[in-house]
Amino acid sequence: MFSSLNIRMGLFLARRQIRRSSPWTTVLIIFVMFFTFLNLVVVTGILVGLLQGAIDAVRTHYTSDVIISSLNNKTYIENSPEIINIVKSLPQLEYMSARYLEGGTLEANYKTRTSEKEKPNIAAASIYGINPVAENNVTNLSKFIVEGEYLVPGDYDQVLIGSYLTKKYMDFDYPGFSALENIEPGTKIRMAVNGVEREVTVKGIVKSKVDQLSLGVFMIDSQLRNMIGRNDYNVDEIAIKLESGTDPSMIRDLLKRNGIDKVAKVQTYIDAQPKMIKDMIDTFSLLANMLSSIGLVVASITIFIVIFINAITRRKFIGILKGIGINEAAIEISYILQSFFYALCGSVIGVVVLYGFLQPWMAAHPIDFSFSDGILVAPISGTMLRVGLLMVTTIIAGFIPARLVVRKNTLDSILGRN
Amino acid sequence: MIEVKNLKKAFRDGEIITEVLKGIDFVCKSGDFVAIMGRSGAGKSTLLYQISLLDEPTSGEIKIDGVNVLNLSSAERTSFRLSKLGYVFQDYALLPEMTALENVVLPLLMLNYPEKDAYEKATEHLTTVGLKDRLNNLPGQLSGGEQQRVSIARAIAHDPKILFADEPTANLDNESSRIIMDIFKELHKGGQTIIMVTHEVEYSKFAERIVHLDNGKIISIEKN
Repeated sequence: MFSSLNIRMGLFLARRQIRRSSPWTTVLIIFVMFFTFLNLVVVTGILVGLLQGAIDAVRTHYTSDVIISSLNNKTYIENSPEIINIVKSLPQLEYMSARYLEGGTLEANYKTRTSEKEKPNIAAASIYGINPVAENNVTNLSKFIVEGEYLVPGDYDQVLIGSYLTKKYMDFDYPGFSALENIEPGTKIRMAVNGVEREVTVKGIVKSKVDQLSLGVFMIDSQLRNMIGRNDYNVDEIAIKLESGTDPSMIRDLLKRNGIDKVAKVQTYIDAQPKMIKDMIDTFSLLANMLSSIGLVVASITIFIVIFINAITRRKFIGILKGIGINEAAIEISYILQSFFYALCGSVIGVVVLYGFLQPWMAAHPIDFSFSDGILVAPISGTMLRVGLLMVTTIIAGFIPARLVVRKNTLDSILGRN
Repeated sequence: MIEVKNLKKAFRDGEIITEVLKGIDFVCKSGDFVAIMGRSGAGKSTLLYQISLLDEPTSGEIKIDGVNVLNLSSAERTSFRLSKLGYVFQDYALLPEMTALENVVLPLLMLNYPEKDAYEKATEHLTTVGLKDRLNNLPGQLSGGEQQRVSIARAIAHDPKILFADEPTANLDNESSRIIMDIFKELHKGGQTIIMVTHEVEYSKFAERIVHLDNGKIISIEKN
């Protein structure tokens, strides 16, 4: 069927049919293909992008590219100073932040409470001891201060408090969860860690879609170290930001080869994702593929109808072509090429709109979801796969009606007999 | 040379079977110009369609240049039509989205002529039929007579053994009809075998022989 002669002839016929067909019809078909392409790529991209936005946020604002954390059976990373030195010696290192992390409680109304029977306004929190400069370099934490100011080195008894720990930003009752009332910059709260109590002043409120930030309390590392008595300088987490283009898994493996995995967990940001997120990505991808499949079916039906009507209305001319000796395969190829042309035009316009406008625009204006800033995820490989899928479907949808009409009796076609 | 033996064609419409050709025997030698005449419904167009391989008879035998064409597969018949036969239809049967030149170049390209040669040959034939200045016109931009001349140019472009014409002047005025018949006359002079269906006595006189058909049978063969 696909001999060079048939293809040449098919191309000759297709070019002339497309060139002399109604421009409005051509534009309409290409428009349909364009939207089908967008349906295939963008629906999937946005659904996956919701989670990708969350993943990106956790990477950018918490774990960074690689994170070293304490083993499950240890309370901190042993030999932390040595590990920090190894990390600092990495040529691909851009910034790193070592954190102390302890669970603790915060109490807001300890000053106004008048009797033992009055319920204390307490919230449980993760208390982070950070170097504010290093942390900001790695996670850009200061960006999330919605009230007050960010920490500076030397701040004493001052903390940043996550917005979810305050009633003002977490204004609903949730069983087992409590937030602090009347918290604003300058408010004093009582913090208890490992039985050690300390009165601290709220310097700023951190609001982010990354839960670790919105549920955390941040203070200068040396002060938390004193509170928990960690005089060996062993930290709980080391977030590592790598130079752009560095493969995090390569650095993870390098650190493991240095034996760090014997005393700590070494994970890339992907490794550190909760399984729930991975499951959600799979589910969303499945859902998106189902929606895309429907789009693909609609596109193939559209092309089928367009080509079928085209072929039926041109049945007489198809008969004439056969009558004067034009090979059936060449005629069918001409319809396949027309379908291919429509799908190609729709896809090319779609790719241009997608990468030239939609993706950059959505990166600049992410969709504001409660748990993430939804972006449009459209990797080139996935897009090309969908373009290929659209092409194949369209070609089949173009071929079948053409075949149905071309196979009819030549004379019946010429004379318009049924 | 064409040999037709006991050719029959019947159409079925539900239970009703209509015999249109009832056993035609007929010979056409190379270089002949045969006109098939008869009243409406006599079966002349049906006979032409069977001989020219556009349709399949119910029974009988058709040999063209010694080949029993009824034994050919559909693809072989298409190929046979392309290489050996040319057609001129009553309604011109041009492809509306193609220019006159492109219509004529079609069979040549299918015969695998290099594009340049195909266009040169097509131009030559269109010039022969007097349409040198209309090469790039679409059929809709041509008069009926001009369209029929394009149709003739397309039919003869690939030098077919036999040229079939089905009422080629039926839709034309006298002047255009005369031009068309003059072209046929010239082609015949050049040795072209022509089988033409017509109901116009005036134009049947251009043929060497006139086959008279009535009620699906040849009733006489007249020599001019």
